[in-house]
Amino acid sequence: MARMKFLCDAERCIECNGCVTACKQENEVPWGVNRRRVVTINDGVPGEKSISVACMHCSDAPCMAVCPTDVFYRTEQGVVLHDKDLCIGCGYCFYACPFGAPQFPQEGAFGMRGKMDKCTFCAGGPEKDFSKEEFTKYGSNRLAQGKLPACAEMCATKALLAGDADTVADIFRQRVVKRGKGSEVWGWGTAYGKPDNPKAQPPQGGKS
Amino acid sequence: MRTTGRVLVAGIAMLAVGIVSGCGERSQVVEYKQGKYQGKTDSNPWDSAPGASLYTTSKWTGGDKASWESAIRTRSQGQNEYNRTE
Repeated sequence: MARMKFLCDAERCIECNGCVTACKQENEVPWGVNRRRVVTINDGVPGEKSISVACMHCSDAPCMAVCPTDVFYRTEQGVVLHDKDLCIGCGYCFYACPFGAPQFPQEGAFGMRGKMDKCTFCAGGPEKDFSKEEFTKYGSNRLAQGKLPACAEMCATKALLAGDADTVADIFRQRVVKRGKGSEVWGWGTAYGKPDNPKAQPPQGGKS
Repeated sequence: MRTTGRVLVAGIAMLAVGIVSGCGERSQVVEYKQGKYQGKTDSNPWDSAPGASLYTTSKWTGGDKASWESAIRTRSQGQNEYNRTE
């Protein structure tokens, strides 16, 4: 197994926000915190594209690099997680993340930053599996139940794919070949590395 | 009489050591090491046996990484409707 990844197919996403709702419900995420959200490019313009964004569980995660208290760790499956007990809520990870994944609950009378909260790929955190502490701090641990993240499994159009990168890539490749378009995944270069030929242009007259 | 005295002295000495060690100072802050994860260790998802949680449908052997990966791979293919419909 390679590593766990998300992939959002902009050709299929219909901006229903089902993934956002599924994540909120599954992990009982507090008000004001969105581990996942849907971003629409050219909203209202014909041909608009929507994409579901959360933590991309980067291979070289900037949040890990900037954290002054080193709360981040990467699991064997490539999922980037963090220990909330050590988080000081400084917000460096928020500024470093290109996807806006780290979220901070507004706590206290003066809206002080709480401990950072982000997508866990439904893998819980550094607490005993299925314990109350794990669920309260990090949410559901679906991976330990042999399940995939709730957002992807709930996606009605299967625009949002999750799982082993090889498997996800196979599914997406088959999809692109069948429909004959839409292979240019938004954010691919950032999440998976730069293409072999960065000067390559999409085919003229392509529909995607 | 002499033996009783020795036992008493030894007991008092042990008690004194216990009391003094209770006054020892322990570090109250986390000592950070640059670039290394400082938090608690996490368990692997395949450590728990299927059925440890309610509504678990995937089947694997508890502690067996390969079988868990196989279960996840099978589950992942559920996202491919071309496989489900053809």
